[in-house]
Amino acid sequence: MLGLQAFFFYIFAFIAVGGALMVVFARNPVHSVLFLILTFVAAAGLFLLAGAEFLALILIVVYVGAVAILFLFVVMMLDLDLAQAKKGALKYAPFGLIIGLVLLAELVVAGTGSVYQPELAKSTALPMPPLYEMSNIRALGSVLYTRYILFFQLAGLILFVAMVGAIVLTLRHKQGLKRQSIPAQVGRTPATAIEIRKVESGRGI
Amino acid sequence: MEIGLGHYLTVAAILFVTGVFGIFMNRKNIITILMSVELILLAVNINMVAFSAFLGDLVGQVFALFILTVAAAEAAIGLAILVVFFRNRGSIAVDDVNTMKG
Repeated sequence: MLGLQAFFFYIFAFIAVGGALMVVFARNPVHSVLFLILTFVAAAGLFLLAGAEFLALILIVVYVGAVAILFLFVVMMLDLDLAQAKKGALKYAPFGLIIGLVLLAELVVAGTGSVYQPELAKSTALPMPPLYEMSNIRALGSVLYTRYILFFQLAGLILFVAMVGAIVLTLRHKQGLKRQSIPAQVGRTPATAIEIRKVESGRGI
Repeated sequence: MEIGLGHYLTVAAILFVTGVFGIFMNRKNIITILMSVELILLAVNINMVAFSAFLGDLVGQVFALFILTVAAAEAAIGLAILVVFFRNRGSIAVDDVNTMKG
């Protein structure tokens, strides 16, 4: 009898794996990005099943809401030549396949060689409080803002540097653009702002 | 059938290998390579969360949060470099990158 948890686990796992394969094999980059979103949503489901509710929702907010949209924006902004991208795509596939299989073999050896020991859970660095005592997000926050505050601030610094870097890289100064110059406006004096002319009567300027 | 740690690790391993394969297969499109890197980081995150859940240790989720942060920063910087590269070269093929060397 397949339990409800196992049922949903297999659904999410197959969607995630299928989406990941389609990310790699889709010809159109826009389709790749959309399958990437599908993979992230399925992974968020897997996180939910594992009990990491906060991370699941953060995954959707950050990845689907920000990163994937950024990818989509860049893909649509760049005028890509899709016909040229199609040819020669499989030239390096055997090489990649060999690398991938070697890595998979390593992972299988590493995964099957060690034994999961439940008694290890008693010697953890930071035991997880039970859910009826403290919710996942509260437990995470009570750790993140105390014990890992330095790493938390470093993460903020990394995001700041990334933001500044992205802006600096893509900023373009256009020539011939009229801009407001506040120092020039403030620096005006009556001598430079006003010109007094003597108007002769009946003639105008 | 009980879902155990091995199930999560298997999914993560498949995602990881798919990402590595994607890096080597796409030689015409740097965007797909960046997406493959995102897949690899997602696989690492699944491992972190799975170990965190099955060992009852909260540190795994904290570090998954930091990996998420670094992945977002990496995507932003990578795409910015990509845009600059496209403005200079007019294509985003990997084979054209070697003409950038000074």
